[in-house]
Amino acid sequence: MRYLAIALLCLLPTVAFAGEAKDLADDPVMERRMIQLAEKVRCLVCQSEAVASSHSDWSNDVRQIMRDKMKEGASDQEILDMLVERFGKSVLFDPPVDKETFPLWAAPFILLLIGVAVLFFQLRKRRETVPESTLSPEAHRRAAALLNEEDNK
Amino acid sequence: MMRFILPFVVFAVLAVFLYIGLGRDPREVPSPLIGKPAPAFSLPLLHDAKKQISVQDMKGQVWLLNVWASWCGACKDEHPVLMDLASQGIVPVLGLNYKDKREDGEAVLRKAGDPYTLTLFDADGKVGFDYGVYGVPETYVIDKEGVIRDKLIGAVTPQNLRDRILPLLEELKKK
Repeated sequence: MRYLAIALLCLLPTVAFAGEAKDLADDPVMERRMIQLAEKVRCLVCQSEAVASSHSDWSNDVRQIMRDKMKEGASDQEILDMLVERFGKSVLFDPPVDKETFPLWAAPFILLLIGVAVLFFQLRKRRETVPESTLSPEAHRRAAALLNEEDNK
Repeated sequence: MMRFILPFVVFAVLAVFLYIGLGRDPREVPSPLIGKPAPAFSLPLLHDAKKQISVQDMKGQVWLLNVWASWCGACKDEHPVLMDLASQGIVPVLGLNYKDKREDGEAVLRKAGDPYTLTLFDADGKVGFDYGVYGVPETYVIDKEGVIRDKLIGAVTPQNLRDRILPLLEELKKK
């Protein structure tokens, strides 16, 4: 009897939290589509987390709105457009390339180009400054002889 | 000499950028709604569920829309500032009670005072979503044509009221 009571007690916390799992839609196919789409959307209240994986209240709302819109027959693009309209392009992890976001997209490549150019000029300058060889023919012969000796041992 | 100056300059530029970055709030995303017509809504009042208010009802006036909730901590900080603003009667301040329980919202206003000309009740947050609300409090400045002119994310403070909101309100009222 006591063991039964303990077992029941262990169940209590689970029972208490059971009410909160309200997220799953009735349609698993749509739920998968919704999660896939929510992966592309930034959670604005958590930073650097997708709406798909965030537990914040705001993300819950966004997921619910995505479900509602999908039920109404909206396409993925329409849903993303609706979010951008309200929260700006930064709500997407991959913001579209346009006039405003072009510097953001181009910056890594421009920096890479600058780096390559600097490296190129540095290497060329070094080749110019390092003297070719100052050894006399006599010294060359001696060096070769020493190296051979080393090999023969 | 160049080989010492160049890295130092690069370092200095980087340090300046990082320093500016430190002072910025990453949560403050510029709203794409600024310069656009305020999204339409028709909402019941917090105090009177039978009365509906829409954006059209505010046409011809410069007004503030302040999004708040009883569960929001920063809203308590800005409350006295709003009370002060309301007492000056410069523009109508509409409250949007966002994702709240009616009795909780009413209790706050009863206890701490009611700075709002009207309080709209947005129980499920649908209107808040249309306005791009992602954290409360948020405050919108809307002009006579019903266009959103500014959006303040976070609490209204005496500083941002004086430096940012009041000058804009004065300018918009003259138009």
